[in-house]
Amino acid sequence: MSFLEVNNLNVEFNTADGIVRAVNNVNFSLEEGKILAIVGESGSGKSQTVFAMMGLLDQNGRATGSVKFEDQEILNLSISELNLIRSEKIAMIFQDPMTSLNPYMKISEQMAEVLIHHKGLSKTDAINQSISMLDAVQIPEAKNLIRMYPHEFSGGMRQRVMIAMSLLCNPKLLIADEPTTALDVTVQAQIMHLLSDIQKEFGTSIILITHDLGVVAGNSDDTLVMYGGQVMEIAETELIYARPTHPYTQGLISAVPRLDDNAEKLKTIQGNPPDAMLDPVGCPFSPRCKFSKDICSNQTPELLEAGENKHFRACHVAFEELL
Amino acid sequence: MLNYIIKRIGIAIPTLLILIAVTFYLMHAAPGGPFTSEKPLPPQVLANIEAKYGLDQPIWRQMTTYLWGILTEFDFGPSYKYHSRTVNEIIGQGFPITLKYGFWSFIVAIGVGIPLGAIAAIRKNTWVDYFAVGVSIGAQVLPNFVLAPLLIIVFTLWLGWLPGGGWHGGDWEYLVMPVIALSTSYMASIARITRSSMLEVLNANYIRTARAKGLPTKTIFFRHVFKPSLLPVISYLGPAFVGLITGSVLIDIFFSTGGMGYFFVNAAFNRDYAVMMGITILVGALTILFSLIADLLYAWIDPKIRY
Amino acid sequence: MIVANKNKIVKLAENLTADEQTSGRSLWADARTRFMGNKAAITSLVILVLIVLFSFVGPYFAVWTYEQIDWNTMGSAATLGMPSIETGHYFGTDDLGRDLYSRVIQGTQISLMVGIVGATIAVVVGTLYGATSGYIGGRTDQIMMRIVDILMAIPFMFVLILLLVVFGRSIIMLFVGIGLLSWLDMSRIVRGQTLNLKNKEFIEAAQATGVSDYKIIIRHIVPNLLGIVAVYATLLVPGIIIAESFISFLGLGVQEPKTSWGALISEGAGTINYDTEWQLLVPLSFFIVTLFCIYFIGDGLRDALDPKER
Repeated sequence: MSFLEVNNLNVEFNTADGIVRAVNNVNFSLEEGKILAIVGESGSGKSQTVFAMMGLLDQNGRATGSVKFEDQEILNLSISELNLIRSEKIAMIFQDPMTSLNPYMKISEQMAEVLIHHKGLSKTDAINQSISMLDAVQIPEAKNLIRMYPHEFSGGMRQRVMIAMSLLCNPKLLIADEPTTALDVTVQAQIMHLLSDIQKEFGTSIILITHDLGVVAGNSDDTLVMYGGQVMEIAETELIYARPTHPYTQGLISAVPRLDDNAEKLKTIQGNPPDAMLDPVGCPFSPRCKFSKDICSNQTPELLEAGENKHFRACHVAFEELL
Repeated sequence: MLNYIIKRIGIAIPTLLILIAVTFYLMHAAPGGPFTSEKPLPPQVLANIEAKYGLDQPIWRQMTTYLWGILTEFDFGPSYKYHSRTVNEIIGQGFPITLKYGFWSFIVAIGVGIPLGAIAAIRKNTWVDYFAVGVSIGAQVLPNFVLAPLLIIVFTLWLGWLPGGGWHGGDWEYLVMPVIALSTSYMASIARITRSSMLEVLNANYIRTARAKGLPTKTIFFRHVFKPSLLPVISYLGPAFVGLITGSVLIDIFFSTGGMGYFFVNAAFNRDYAVMMGITILVGALTILFSLIADLLYAWIDPKIRY
Repeated sequence: MIVANKNKIVKLAENLTADEQTSGRSLWADARTRFMGNKAAITSLVILVLIVLFSFVGPYFAVWTYEQIDWNTMGSAATLGMPSIETGHYFGTDDLGRDLYSRVIQGTQISLMVGIVGATIAVVVGTLYGATSGYIGGRTDQIMMRIVDILMAIPFMFVLILLLVVFGRSIIMLFVGIGLLSWLDMSRIVRGQTLNLKNKEFIEAAQATGVSDYKIIIRHIVPNLLGIVAVYATLLVPGIIIAESFISFLGLGVQEPKTSWGALISEGAGTINYDTEWQLLVPLSFFIVTLFCIYFIGDGLRDALDPKER
C-alpha cells in the first residue's frame, strides 16, 4: 500500500484566450512520514498540481489522471466526499498568510470551526484545543492572542496560526504551498524549523512547494523538479544536489548564489518559461537548454530511471553528455 | 469601538451645524425677502411682519434663535405663507406618509437586491445571473420619474388593477406603485454591488483556505462569504437613503401621496423659505443619522475600521 | 567596473529592443483595440453620435419652431396633433399645440449640454481636488477627505432646489449647480488612484530632480489619471442628465418655453389619460436610448482601460 500515488495528472484551464495546460502528465509518489519538495519557477504548475489533488482548482480548471491517497482515489471527488479528507487527512497551508486568513473573523472562530465541524466538539472545547495547538507552534500567550483578528498579527505569526489551524485534526499529510515566500528571511528559517519539528513530532508527511532551492536543501527527503507543467527530475534531495542529472536542475542549482563563489555576476538560465497556451511538443525546456538536440523539440522525453535509488529524469540527452 | 463611535458622532454634529448654517444663510441671502410681493406692502406693515418673524434682528441672532428652537423644542418656526400653520405642523402631516412608503421602498431595495445579487454571484453565468445583470442595467436608465408614468400606463390605464394616485391612509393598493417606482433603481444597484463584491470575496484566498479546511459549502457561504460581501452594500446604504428621500419628492408630486415632498415643492413655488429650510434640515439630519448608523454597521463587520 | 564590457552592453541593448517588440504596445493603443472589439460599445457610440447629429441637423427639417403654437391642433391634440408628415408635426404636438419634433430637439440639446457641462465641471473640480489631496497626503489629505465625507452626507437635491428658488431659475445656475454637486465621487476615486501613483518610481524620480509639487501633479499625476477619469466621467454624464431631468420634471428646472427631456417627460406623463401617448413615449425613448448608449460606452471604456476590473 502506498501512501500517496499520483499518476498521469493533467490540469487544464479554460480561459478567454484558449486552453491553458498548466500540468502535463505528472507522476510521483510519497511514502508516509517523508517530506517531498516540489521545486520550480513560478508558472511551472507546482501549485496547480496540489490544488488539483485537494479539489481546489478554480472553476474553469479541470483535472484528469489519478491521485490515490491510502489506496483511495481522491481526484475529482464530490465536495462532500472531499470534505471528509480535507483537514482530517490532508491539510494545506498557503503562500500568503496575509490574505489566507479571513480578516473579518477572530482567530478563535476560524480555528474552532474546524474542530466543531470535523470532530463535533463544543465551542469551548474547540477553542481550548485550538489554544494548545497555538502553544505547540510556539505562539506566546495563545490564550489572549486567539481572541484577536488576523490583521493584528505579523506575517510570521499568521503563518504559524495557519500551520496550527491545519494541524488541528492531526492530518496525515500536510501540503505547504510556498509557506515562506511572503516572509522575511529570518522568519522563513523559523517557519521551516517549525515544519520539520512537526514532521518529527507528529510523523506528518509533508509536500513542500517552493521555488527556493535554499529552502529545499536541509528540509526534505525527496525533491521533485518541475518545469512547464512537467516533471523534469525526481530523486532524493541529497542526490539532486550532489549529482543533478537534468540540464534544468543543473541550471537551477548553479543559479543559487553562494558565499564562497567569487564570480562577478549571478548565474542565470537564459530565456523565459514556456507559453502554457501552446500544445506541449517536445521537452518544454529545450528552447533554453544548451544541450538541446533535434529530438528534444519534437518528442516529449519520458520520465525514466537514471541509476539506482529511485532517481528519475526526463531528458533525451544522456547523462554523460551533460558533464 | 467606543472610540470610533465617539469619533464618528464628532463628525456628524458639525456636519449638521454646517448644513443648518448654509441653508439659513442661503435663505437670507435671497434677493427680496419672503414678503416681497407684487403689491408692495406699506413700510409700517412690512416692519411689523418682519418683527413678528424676527427678521429685523441681525442674521447671527436670527440663526441662534432658530437653532435654539430646533435643539430645545424641535421647533422649526412658523411658515411664511400659511400664516396659521407652523413648519412643525406641515412636517407632522407629510412626514409619516413619506416614512411609510419610504420604509417599504428601503425594505424592498435591500430585501430583493441582496438575495438577487447573491444568487447571481453564486450561479455566475446562468440565467439567474443574466436576469439579475439585465435588471440592473435596465433599471439604470429607468429612474423614478420614468418608471412612475410607465407603471401608471400599465397598471392603471391598461390593466386597471391599481389606482393612479392618492394615499387613503396608505392602503396597500396605494402603496404598491410608489414603492416600486421609488425602490427599483436602488434595488438594482444593490443587486449589482452585491453581485460584484460577492464574486470578489468568492475568489479571495481566505475562501480557498475555508474550502481546504473541509467546511461544507453552506457553512463557508454564511460564515465566510456573506458578511464581507455586504461591506460595499453597507457603504452604498447612505447614498441610497439620500436617493430614496430625494425621490420621495417626485413620488409625492406624481402619485399625489401628500408626503413631505409635496410640501417642499409647493414651498419652492411659493418661496416659503421657512418650510423649505425646515424640510431640508430635517432630511439632512436624517441622512446624517442614517450614514452614522451605516458606518457603525460597517465597523461592526470590519475589525480593521474600529481602532 | 560598470562599463566593463562593451559587447555586453550592446547585447543588453539588443535584448531590450527585442523585448520591446513583443510588449511595446501603448496602453492607449491597446485600449483602442479592446474598445473596438466591444460590439455593444461601438453600436452605442454610433447611435449616440446619430442622436447628437440629429439635435444639430434636425432643426433644418422642422416646419414649426419649438415655441410656435399650431392653433389648429390646440385643444384637440389627441385627434389633430398625431404624429404626421402632412401637418409637419413629425412627432405630433404637445398639449398646447406646439410641435413636439422641435421641442424634442430643443430638449435634447439642453439635456446633453447639461450632461457635458456638468460632467466637465465635476471632472475638473473632482480631479484637481482628489489629486491634490492624495498627492499632499497626511493631515491635509485627512481634512480634505473629511470635508468630502461631510458634503456627501447632505441631500443635495434639496439644497440645489433651494439654490434655484433663492437665486432664480436660470440654465447657468442649473448647470453649475449640478456640476458643483457631482464632483464628490470623482474626487474620492482620483484620490485613491493618486495614492497608488504617488509611490511609483517615476514620481519619486521627479521629486528627486526637484520638480515642484504643482508641476508633478499637472504633468505626471493628472495624465496618468486620464484613463480612470475618462471612464468615470462617462459614467457621470447619465447621473447628471437624470438629476437635471428630475428637477425639470418637478417644474423647477429649465423654464418655458425652453425645455429638456425631464420637462417633456413630465408634460407627456401629465397627459397619459388623454390618448396622447406619443407625448410621453417620444421624449422617453430619446432619454432611455441615450442613457443606455452612454452606459454601454462607459462600460466599454472601463473594460478597455481597466481590464483587471472584470
